Amino acid sequence: MAILVNPDTKVLVQGITGSFGGRHTQLSLEYGSQIVAGVTPGKSGQVFEEKVPIFDNVTEAAKESGATASAIFVPPPFAADAILEAVDAGLELVVAITEGIPVRDMIEVKAALRGSPTRLIGPNCPGVVTPGTGKNSHGGCRIGIAPGYIHKPGDIGVVSRSGTLTYEAVWQLTCNGLGQSTCVGIGGDPVPGSTHLDIIKLFNEDPETRGIIMIGEIGGSAEEEAAAWIKENCNKPIAGFIAGTTAPPGRRMGHAGAIVSGGKGTAEAKITAMEDAGISIAETPSQMAEALIKIL
Amino acid sequence: MNLHEYQAKQLLAQYGVEVPGGQPCTTANEARSIAEKLFTEGHEMVVLKIQIHSGGRGKGIFKDGFKGGVHLCKSAEDVYEKTTSMIGNTIVTKQTGETGRQVNTLLVASAEKILSEFYLAVLLDRETSQPLIMASCEGGVDIEEVAETNPNAIIKLQVDPLLGLQPYQARNLAKALGLSGKMIQSAAKLISGIYKTWWECDASMVEINPLCIVENPDGTTKMAAVDAKISIDGNALYRHKNIAEMRDLNEEAELEVEASKYDLNYIKLDGNVACLVNGAGLAMATMDAIKHFGGDPANFLDVGGGATKEQVTAAFQIILKDPNVKAILVNIFGGIMNCNTIAEGVVAAAAETQLSLPLVVRLEGNNVDAGRKTLSESGITLITADSLADAAKKVVSEATV
Repeated sequence: MAILVNPDTKVLVQGITGSFGGRHTQLSLEYGSQIVAGVTPGKSGQVFEEKVPIFDNVTEAAKESGATASAIFVPPPFAADAILEAVDAGLELVVAITEGIPVRDMIEVKAALRGSPTRLIGPNCPGVVTPGTGKNSHGGCRIGIAPGYIHKPGDIGVVSRSGTLTYEAVWQLTCNGLGQSTCVGIGGDPVPGSTHLDIIKLFNEDPETRGIIMIGEIGGSAEEEAAAWIKENCNKPIAGFIAGTTAPPGRRMGHAGAIVSGGKGTAEAKITAMEDAGISIAETPSQMAEALIKIL
Repeated sequence: MNLHEYQAKQLLAQYGVEVPGGQPCTTANEARSIAEKLFTEGHEMVVLKIQIHSGGRGKGIFKDGFKGGVHLCKSAEDVYEKTTSMIGNTIVTKQTGETGRQVNTLLVASAEKILSEFYLAVLLDRETSQPLIMASCEGGVDIEEVAETNPNAIIKLQVDPLLGLQPYQARNLAKALGLSGKMIQSAAKLISGIYKTWWECDASMVEINPLCIVENPDGTTKMAAVDAKISIDGNALYRHKNIAEMRDLNEEAELEVEASKYDLNYIKLDGNVACLVNGAGLAMATMDAIKHFGGDPANFLDVGGGATKEQVTAAFQIILKDPNVKAILVNIFGGIMNCNTIAEGVVAAAAETQLSLPLVVRLEGNNVDAGRKTLSESGITLITADSLADAAKKVVSEATV
């Protein structure tokens, strides 16, 4: 059911005692997510909000709580270390929310993850949501910082580099009566744990996903790579939107990975590749759900 | 963060990369002294290079007509004269745009006889998430042009980030560039030093164009980085205080410098429709939507998820300092961001700046009802919109009035 996470997925939070991590752990608990442990070195024995036991390290936390996934809210200088720790502890899924991790650290992390069964999402991402069947989609699994209420359970997969554009797409789908199987924010950094293609392959295999929305932006060639694979391998209808048509070249547009460099990574090139793969392109972000509906 | 050529060369020298002798300076007298020293060392010519964060310096033209930002000089007096013409003067190159850039620093360096030119750069290969070395025998020219017209002339070498650049890889690259004999080892050493600079300094890009074989005054030859361009990963500056201090505020747009003080992500553009958005992707999409509906965005502005009332007010003030702005679009989809916080910020900012320009506000998401209520009860004149498309259309029509 869905991909990556489901309502029963047990999640631990690294950085649970920080204000950012704490606030979103609280919101995830309200959403009905199974947050079963927290990790802050040195604070073993403490309890978050009288609900979640805290441990010194991921291995102990996972062993005691049965968590198989982690949400990382650790500050940039220590986040790569947190990712490596979670991978080393044998977790199935690691979602790194942190923005601002040095690229070099992520180059090392990605190399260290070669051959590892752990899946990394992010960093610099809003996280992953599989909506639940309760009120305002409560009862699902929310890892990260997305607003829970915009979701609705259903069969459309959403994968995106941008947080707020994901929320736009999700809200449009929900308002049109189309629910989501899973929403995955892969983040805006130049070295992401998972690419559009990695997630689209999962959606392609998921019997509960019937259609996909993919949201990209300038920089890199992930969208082109996904489009080439989609053309040959994916039969499910896909709509897409690419942000940054008006971005000036050579400037980093907020996201560390959103930059047109040496003429490469333009919005135009991505849109062309996606159209060539039969992806229905939304001209404005207000038309993402519409672009999918017309080909469903 | 971009560095000047002279700063890039300082870093490279620290990692054992041969760079031409020379010093930066800010006055004609300093330039003359540096030149005199170089001439005494036996160099026949020195090169005077303006230090700005833009390319095309050689062919640039100063606003008063003085031609060129790069000059070969045979005497200290010549150096003095030319420096006087350039310091404090504004130059326009094909990369500076029409406003040009004021020149405050020059690099005075020895100008060795160049025997051959190569291109070498180290950057991240986003397809493999690994460091990539790009090299070519076509040095001294625009590498993007080479990539288009003669892609086979570019050698690409992937580096395993956990192992680093191995000496045998550097030697093989030197051979692939056509070098032989003793040059293989000395070039390999240089290439290793360039890679090390990239890695140790957390650089996004180190570009040596041209990397040259030059002739020393005594007739021997060596390899040297004759020009160097380095940009550093902004996320890593916290762990490089010395490099962070190399920041040149004169090279950044004034409003962008001001925005950075408030931790606002702001990029100034040329249009007249300003926008204030939460989230970089949505901010880019907002600019795109403005353009799509016939308008011209004045800026990119991401207030981020945690924006406070103070930051929103600061953002407004910065937007309004741009004289081109004719209308403002606030587009917020509250995720982490609370719509009411933004609404309160907008109301406070409009009051404080005595806003008289048309303001279109589109709110959606977390706590949106409270936010919309705050706006409607505020008494400030504004236009509301439901979707981003609706908001973009409205703000463009306001700006075109």
